[in-house]
Amino acid sequence: MRLGLILGEAGSGLRRNLSMVVSVVLVTFISLTFVGASILLQMQIGQMKGYWYDRAQVAVYMCTDIDTTGNCTLAEATEDQIAAVNQQLESPTLAPYINEVQFETHEQAYENFKEQFADTTFEGIITPESLNESFRVNLVDPEQADVLIESLSGLAGVESVEDQRAYLEPIFAILNAASYTAIGVAGLMLIAAVLLIATTIRLSAFSRRRELGIMRLVGASNRFIQTPFILEGVFASLIGSVLAGGAIVAIVQFFVRGYLATTLPVNTSLLGMDEALLVVPILIAVGAGLAAISAGVAISRYLKV
Amino acid sequence: MIRFDSVSKSYPGTTRPALNSVDLEILKGEFVFLVGASGSGKSSFLRLILKEENPSKGSIHVLGQHLNTLTNRKVPYFRRNLGVVFQDFRLLPNKTVFDNVAFTLQVIGKSRGFIQEAVPDALKMVGLAGKSNRFPHELSGGEQQRVAIARAVVNKPVIMLADEPTGNLDPATAAGIMTLLERINLGGTTVLMATHDAGIVDQMQRRVIELIGGQIVRDERQGGYQTQTVPTQGRVPHPAASQPSSSQATQAPPQRPSVQSSSKGEGLDA
Repeated sequence: MRLGLILGEAGSGLRRNLSMVVSVVLVTFISLTFVGASILLQMQIGQMKGYWYDRAQVAVYMCTDIDTTGNCTLAEATEDQIAAVNQQLESPTLAPYINEVQFETHEQAYENFKEQFADTTFEGIITPESLNESFRVNLVDPEQADVLIESLSGLAGVESVEDQRAYLEPIFAILNAASYTAIGVAGLMLIAAVLLIATTIRLSAFSRRRELGIMRLVGASNRFIQTPFILEGVFASLIGSVLAGGAIVAIVQFFVRGYLATTLPVNTSLLGMDEALLVVPILIAVGAGLAAISAGVAISRYLKV
Repeated sequence: MIRFDSVSKSYPGTTRPALNSVDLEILKGEFVFLVGASGSGKSSFLRLILKEENPSKGSIHVLGQHLNTLTNRKVPYFRRNLGVVFQDFRLLPNKTVFDNVAFTLQVIGKSRGFIQEAVPDALKMVGLAGKSNRFPHELSGGEQQRVAIARAVVNKPVIMLADEPTGNLDPATAAGIMTLLERINLGGTTVLMATHDAGIVDQMQRRVIELIGGQIVRDERQGGYQTQTVPTQGRVPHPAASQPSSSQATQAPPQRPSVQSSSKGEGLDA
């Protein structure tokens, strides 16, 4: 009886205010889509970092006879120098940071180079001797590359020590910027959504002020009076949230899985449906929660005794 | 039942209080007329009883509840013991007579079965048994006020507050309404009615409380709209007010109180 009445009141409020309700739906839809997109971007960044940082190594390049940078003086790094670096890597100070060390000879470097630039002609220009020999070091914690760089850069015969993560930073910076932009837009849109919900509820309460007056006069409890309005706001924004959830799923399905996955190299790790389905409940909770709060605040003015 | 202890009510922006140090007790089953010029504090008085307003000073007890300390959450439950009728009826235009009365019970969570029983009873009591499917605009003023009364009594209130219930009605219709209120009073409900209708007050010969400028100047057991006797009860806040000449002052008070308190229950639909 009571529940039916409350739902009926909420329903009639929604019908009476249809245009406002539609605008609430649209604004929550757009804003929560941005929220979802920024969450997805952050997830993607996290996933890519996890993937690439595991593979990123610190490379210790040894001198060749054409190098002048670093500690090189146009002389090939000697066996002793290479052994010294190797010894340093195995020393007790560095060993705890290091997972694995591989040595890449001129020939291996040349093979890798050929593979990477298979479609360009470089015979005669690049010889195995012109490519650096190098130690490829996998760290236990990729964040601690600085320790290696500091202790190895000064050694004789070392051309340079490079943290390969540095190559990835610009990509992550771009993705981060995009994600923060999405969060910013989402924040502004959410403010608009909250204000719009509050206005809608005030309008709805105003159009029912006679009923509200009678209700207060005859002693309807505050909860009874406010629940239909809160339901009204929550219902409208719930529709928007569900649409936003649908949009997020569609973006992952058709754009990320359907387009990006086929155009990007195979080993790029991309988000899947699992992540999308994780975001949807967050969106719905955010939408419903914000609507309930703003509608509750908006209607409280009508409950003052 | 209703007790005011030196209650004052001032509205912000005016120095002149709407009610000034009012002491009063109304007992169970009484029928009390509240008379006085517009702006004399009658409506403020009724709104204080309903706890639509809080007193600026003094304490109010209604039905054993200390209204000053009643929390907002409990106010609705307190109001379920009160029935209120207004000069302008305040019916919901888009609901039928039956639904208007039933609305009161629905919103306080009564069962459908109870509503099906209570509403026809109330409508029968006010003499509108055959008109339950009409809409308010299809009824005369007197009939609309009867619907409003049915709405006020359907939950069997202990106290009934009526703010000029006959103000919009012709004398014959008003007399009908008064008969109805009298019958409700005989049923044990305390009735407190603010009115300007001298004829009704004179004819009924019930307790009369007269307010001038927010002060009680007269409280008579069986009074008329105007009186020549010295007040029998209550404090005499103003020596001049007890003089016979002052009762003429009800027609034209020497100092008009501010407009704030003159409108009737405007806070209800705010």
